[in-house]
Amino acid sequence: MTAHRITSVDSDDNRQGSADHIQYVTVVIGNQLFGLPISQVHDVFVPEKVTQVPLAPPEVAGVLNLRGRIVTAINMRRKLHLKPNDVDQGMMAVGIEYKGESYGLVIDAVGEVLNLPRKEMEANPSNLDFRWAEISGGVHRLEGQLMVVLDVDRLLSSLIEPKAA
Amino acid sequence: MDDLLREFLTETNESLDVVDVELVKFEQEPNNATILNNIFRLVHTIKGTCGFLGLPRLEAIAHAAETLMGKFRDGVPVTHEAVTLVLASIDRIKDILADLEAANGTEPEGTDRDLIDELERLSISADNDDMSAEMATAMAEEKAAEEEVGTDIYQVLERPLRPGEVSLDDLERAFQEAEVEIELPAVEEETEEDSEAAGAAVAEAKASQKKVVRPMNPGSKGTAPSQGVSNQSIRVNVETLEHLMTMVSELVLTRNQLLEIVRRHEDSEFKVPLQRLSNVTGELQEGVMKTRMQPIGNAWQKLPRIVRDLSQELDKPIGLEMIGAETELDRQVLELIKDPLTHMIRNSADHGLEEPAERVAAGKPEKGNITLSAYHEGGHIIIEVKDDGRGLNLEKIKEKALKNGVATEAELEKMADQQIYKFIFAAGFSTATNVTSVSGRGVGMDVVRNNVELIGGSIDLRSTQGRGSSFIIKIPLTLAIVSTLIVEAGGNRYAIPQLSVVELVRVQSNSDHRIERLKDRPVLRLRSKLLPLVHMSELLGQTDEADLDEDNGFIVVMQVGSQSFGVVVDGVFHTEEIVVKPMSSMLRNINMFSGNTILGDGSVIMIIDPNGVASAMASYASGTLNDTVEDERDNEDTHVADADAPISLLLFRAGSEEPKAVPLSLVTRLEEFDVNKIERSNGRDLVQYRGSLMPLVYVNEGDHHKSEGTQPMLVFSDNGRSMGLVVDQIVDIVEDRMNIEVVSERQGVLGSAIIRERATEVIDLGYYLPLAYDDWFMRKEINATTKVRKLLFIDDSAFFRNMLTPVLKAAGYDVTVCSSAQSGYGLMEKGTEFSAIVTDIEMPEISGYEFCESLRRDTRFHHMPIIALSAVVTPASIEKGRQAGFDDYVAKFDRPGLLAALKDVLTNEFGVAA
Repeated sequence: MTAHRITSVDSDDNRQGSADHIQYVTVVIGNQLFGLPISQVHDVFVPEKVTQVPLAPPEVAGVLNLRGRIVTAINMRRKLHLKPNDVDQGMMAVGIEYKGESYGLVIDAVGEVLNLPRKEMEANPSNLDFRWAEISGGVHRLEGQLMVVLDVDRLLSSLIEPKAA
Repeated sequence: MDDLLREFLTETNESLDVVDVELVKFEQEPNNATILNNIFRLVHTIKGTCGFLGLPRLEAIAHAAETLMGKFRDGVPVTHEAVTLVLASIDRIKDILADLEAANGTEPEGTDRDLIDELERLSISADNDDMSAEMATAMAEEKAAEEEVGTDIYQVLERPLRPGEVSLDDLERAFQEAEVEIELPAVEEETEEDSEAAGAAVAEAKASQKKVVRPMNPGSKGTAPSQGVSNQSIRVNVETLEHLMTMVSELVLTRNQLLEIVRRHEDSEFKVPLQRLSNVTGELQEGVMKTRMQPIGNAWQKLPRIVRDLSQELDKPIGLEMIGAETELDRQVLELIKDPLTHMIRNSADHGLEEPAERVAAGKPEKGNITLSAYHEGGHIIIEVKDDGRGLNLEKIKEKALKNGVATEAELEKMADQQIYKFIFAAGFSTATNVTSVSGRGVGMDVVRNNVELIGGSIDLRSTQGRGSSFIIKIPLTLAIVSTLIVEAGGNRYAIPQLSVVELVRVQSNSDHRIERLKDRPVLRLRSKLLPLVHMSELLGQTDEADLDEDNGFIVVMQVGSQSFGVVVDGVFHTEEIVVKPMSSMLRNINMFSGNTILGDGSVIMIIDPNGVASAMASYASGTLNDTVEDERDNEDTHVADADAPISLLLFRAGSEEPKAVPLSLVTRLEEFDVNKIERSNGRDLVQYRGSLMPLVYVNEGDHHKSEGTQPMLVFSDNGRSMGLVVDQIVDIVEDRMNIEVVSERQGVLGSAIIRERATEVIDLGYYLPLAYDDWFMRKEINATTKVRKLLFIDDSAFFRNMLTPVLKAAGYDVTVCSSAQSGYGLMEKGTEFSAIVTDIEMPEISGYEFCESLRRDTRFHHMPIIALSAVVTPASIEKGRQAGFDDYVAKFDRPGLLAALKDVLTNEFGVAA
């Protein structure tokens, strides 16, 4: 299983102004660029040997063993109501810790690390699909494309809480 | 809190537990000096330490208690009063200690004057007794001396004294003369206090103590070993152990992975070292597991005291015997069974054991016995709580089961006694007639069962009327590691805990072991039983039943509680010890899985929860005829029998060719009698049935039974009375909706319905029952409801519920049925709207009157038409009904009256609304 510690990816130039800048790990899900705050990303890995969990919510792709920890893999395409991935296309996952448990967001590809000024983030456009708006913290206008900021807490709690009720 | 104080708290709590046990023992053998000395020593230690740590309240109580016990040692007779008081003091000390811990080391405010005064009073009165009865004391002393000699001989005889050793006699004398207690070496501050008085004797006593204390131990039952061990043990924080355990679990998993890799490479140089690593890991795992093990006796420590208190409270002598206290089990498990055990002991003492007089009358000794035993059996621990009391009352349980609606009379008939006993594990099921302060509130055995099942255990019981009952709990040694069977279904692997697997059966289409189907539900003939089956994939919602491959696969026969069933899987691999890891919170709501784990090959596997499977099976079953116990509990609010749901109908022919039908749930049994057995008396046909005469009723007046051969009939029973409905032929049992399309004018027929695509007459049992017994309806209550509008119909009798629902449906009402006022109220609270309510009057818990009154107080239901149904109709009862707020009061047997009343109130209601 290949995995890189993201922390080592940091370049020194990006270390500066942490107060008004946020570092994002960019990922691609169905041709759309998303950004995850780097502080919340533990690692990036290729999901292998995913065990299906019957009766689980449809967004749950399954569970897998990542260095001795059991990680719940979440199919982001399904969560975002996008078409399923082509079979042969490579898959990546972003490892996240939430309330003491490990989750893996299954995405299409990992991009780069961006250091973006806080104040440049804009609120969700009002016509954004509500299923996206639910888990989006805002939008950054980058050159040539838009980047949606994924709100990890909202994303995971939206999956956990309805069941707890 | 400083370390010293923490240490003190832990140690003192432990000592107090011992004192509790010892005191109870002492009360039974007041002349046993060893026990007394032991208690004395412990209390003294506590007193000393308290003084040292500056805890005046504790010190004062301990001192007063010690003084009183000192009198015992001087030969004052031991009374129950005194022991109770000392126990109360111990309790007080415990309370203060708890506060102390909570308040971080500060003694709570307050005074214990009451307790101390009482203790002192007893001490003084003991003194007085002493003085006035010097002679007696002298004699007592002599006696005590004799006794001591007696024990001494026993002890000394074990081996002769070696040179330099002191005899126990001498030692005892030295202690007495020195007026000094045997002290724990740890409590040094005391020595100062006593040193003046002690003088040289102390030195002597101590010197001799060192040598002799050990040989003395074998005689001093039980307490000694703990003393011996204490020097060689250290206290370790539980968290540290838990962490260690987790790490070892990880190690085991990694080891399994390595082994798996090496298995693939034939001659790897890693093989030998890995083998060693594997062995060491195994041993390490075992070792760490051991640190978590504790003797079950720890969970039992409080029981003697509880039994003693119960014995006094209930005023019956009770003995408690504990066998196998040294049996070890995981401390996590230990914690979880403490409460259930206590509860069961209370139950046995309160309900199990009879009153002394009753016991004597039954030829048993006055003193009741409760035996608690524990032993290992194949990876499990068996704990048995046994009493020699009256045993479970089968009739009462049956009665209660009927009343609670968890089973019908017909079902009860078929059940073995064992099965019926098990009803006591259902919620809200207490057969105790009196609610005592001890037990009988009906929250009990179900909680016990839940707690036991929660930790993967099972509970069973045996009972013999008049001889006693015993509860057997089987629990796994540990929760952390589970032995599982790895199976495959639908391309995925799952782990099933071995504990619930009874056997494996290979499916073969051409042998006995083939899957058969009953109404599409797979079953297996397994020896003498019919085993319900379910395919794993179906359970997990992955395939449709139709896709099942009937020729291949295995059936995992599982047992959960009293329920047996088979789970069909595609393949069975091997067994594996796995370390259970909790499910992610995102998946925790799936009750089919209890956890997951990483297998040797590194993949994650889901662990099947047998309880989840069992309840899934139960819900399948409830789709058919009768609710299971489990279901009854789950659906408390949906208690409502959906009148539109398909029900089982018995089709028969009688009198004419047209098929007739009656709801199967009403029929108690089908019988065939030899026509010779039919007798005629008082102008009607009767048969002798189960020791009494059963009247026979014909569908059409003037019909006759057959003249030869056997006569089939449907037997309807309620409350011990039976009626036989003579039929020509029993045709079939079908499941269908009973929509009565043409209402009948003819007596005895509710109307016609399409059943099995044929017009079928639905029999009105309500017409025939009074033909057998005029007063049938007087004995029980009927319910009814009417017209297109929604009716809520409440009756506690399942029999009448079943019978009247069709009657009301036939009258055109949409009927919702409840078995109690509570559940009816629950439905209304939830916003279900009804046009009218028809309720039985005589119901347990909440009567019809109370129900009506409470509804009238609620503004929402102020104008709701409510009709009372009762067997008793007197001017007084009608008046009472009116006062309660009923719109009408109808006799149960007066069905036309009921329908009329309904029509009446509903029209009125319309008037009001308009």
